[in-house]
Amino acid sequence: MLKRYLGLHAQALVSAAGRLARQPGGALLTVLVIGVALALPGGLRVLVSNADALSGSWDRAADFSAYLALGVGDERARALAKQIGERDDVAGVDLIPPDEALTEFREHSGLGAAIDALEENPLPYTLVIRPASGAAGDVEALAAAVAALDGVDLVQLDTAWVERLRAILALAGRVVDIATGLLGAAVVVVMGNTIRLEIQNRRAEIEVTKLVGGTDGFIRRPFLYLGLWYGVLGGLAALLVIVLTLALLGDPVRELAGLYGSDYRLTGLSAAEAAALIGGGAVLGWAGAWVATARHLRAIEPK
Amino acid sequence: MIRFENVYKRYPNGREALSGVSFSLERGEFAFVTGPSGAGKSTLLRLIALIERPTRGAVVVNQQNTARVPRRKIPAFRQRLGVVFQDHKLLYDRTVFDNVALPLVIAGFPHRDIGRRVRAALDLVGLLGRERHAPITLSTGEQQRVGIARAIVNRPDVLIADEPTGNLDPELSREIMRLFARFNEVGVTLLIATHDLELTAEFPHRRLRLVAGKLLPETAGAEAQAC
Repeated sequence: MLKRYLGLHAQALVSAAGRLARQPGGALLTVLVIGVALALPGGLRVLVSNADALSGSWDRAADFSAYLALGVGDERARALAKQIGERDDVAGVDLIPPDEALTEFREHSGLGAAIDALEENPLPYTLVIRPASGAAGDVEALAAAVAALDGVDLVQLDTAWVERLRAILALAGRVVDIATGLLGAAVVVVMGNTIRLEIQNRRAEIEVTKLVGGTDGFIRRPFLYLGLWYGVLGGLAALLVIVLTLALLGDPVRELAGLYGSDYRLTGLSAAEAAALIGGGAVLGWAGAWVATARHLRAIEPK
Repeated sequence: MIRFENVYKRYPNGREALSGVSFSLERGEFAFVTGPSGAGKSTLLRLIALIERPTRGAVVVNQQNTARVPRRKIPAFRQRLGVVFQDHKLLYDRTVFDNVALPLVIAGFPHRDIGRRVRAALDLVGLLGRERHAPITLSTGEQQRVGIARAIVNRPDVLIADEPTGNLDPELSREIMRLFARFNEVGVTLLIATHDLELTAEFPHRRLRLVAGKLLPETAGAEAQAC
């Protein structure tokens, strides 16, 4: 019984593929439409996840500086650095003594002569603190805790731009989600329409099959598998579009990253993502065919 | 095997195709339904194949009241019935073999059995060797015989045919009737609608005469011919 059932399905799968192969022109157009509709959300998703990976590598941007009060001496500064460094939410602390800071300042500011004129070092001890987590609230909480410590004069935090970037990425992710939903629905509609036309073209065949005792399932099956094939081929087309697009963007992106002194590269689709794209196409194609058969097969009755 | 009990059929346009038709066909019987076109012959057969349902009265086929066959059970009901159509209703994008095999594929026969049964059916109608042909390359009479092979390939108990000789010359018509008579000899119940009285006169079978949707009283064969 099961063998018979699987046999019927295997046969429907193969004969639906044969039907596509016999009308390659029309089939190709439909496959391309589905491919483009799937490639848009798929490709956008790849770009957003690339941007996400990039922002992850900017975690150092969450580093902030704490300037100690001028009167704080070497011993107290080291104790504070140790105290902060032992916190769970801190990944590391660098202590910059005033002399070192002054040397660095003299080298980079071009104010050497003016600085030499100073009688004493006007710079305080500086702690450069790297938070364990780059997440929004965590950094602020840590900064507040550090600012409250005795001997800390000023905490300079500049994470706003990282926050903004993260928010933009979250927004982009949401937009991609919506686009995925809309274009998925479009694929179902395109598929439903294609299958509806196919049903109209094969009206006589459906009538005859019903006359000799074909069940609804038997009649529906070839159309469902046709939808499945369209979806799978559309998914493959989308995959091709995305791979080509990434290949075209690869060199310019590397060049741009090089200008920023980074060796960042675009990452493509993983095997799982590619499989999800093709599988998603298959599901949408099948769903579209199902909608069309549910709506139109019943109306065809032998006369 | 087939029983009509006071059957009325009125179409949505108001035309009454059958009024108060009652008859009964025993297992293994062979009967003609005769009458001029528009008398209701096709409607009578369509009620048996569940293409239509009666407006009033009961149609019983294979001990099953068609009124109690729900829509989803219609395929199983039709699988037990062989139907021959005047316009053949073949699939012209498939070979003769695939056309005849369709009822077996639907019923889920294993591949091996399908080949054997299809060839046996084609042999019966004298078309063995034409399996790979497209129906369109065959003559009308041959196409009709492909339709007959498809109707009998599943070995139904009941075979109904609507004007199976409608487009054929007298010699071919006679040949096809002889073919039906052979099926009848192996126990198939047959009901054949035809307006060709000359042809039915050559066969000694029962005759149901329809005129304007009403069944005339059955009489002996000789008198019936006079009508």
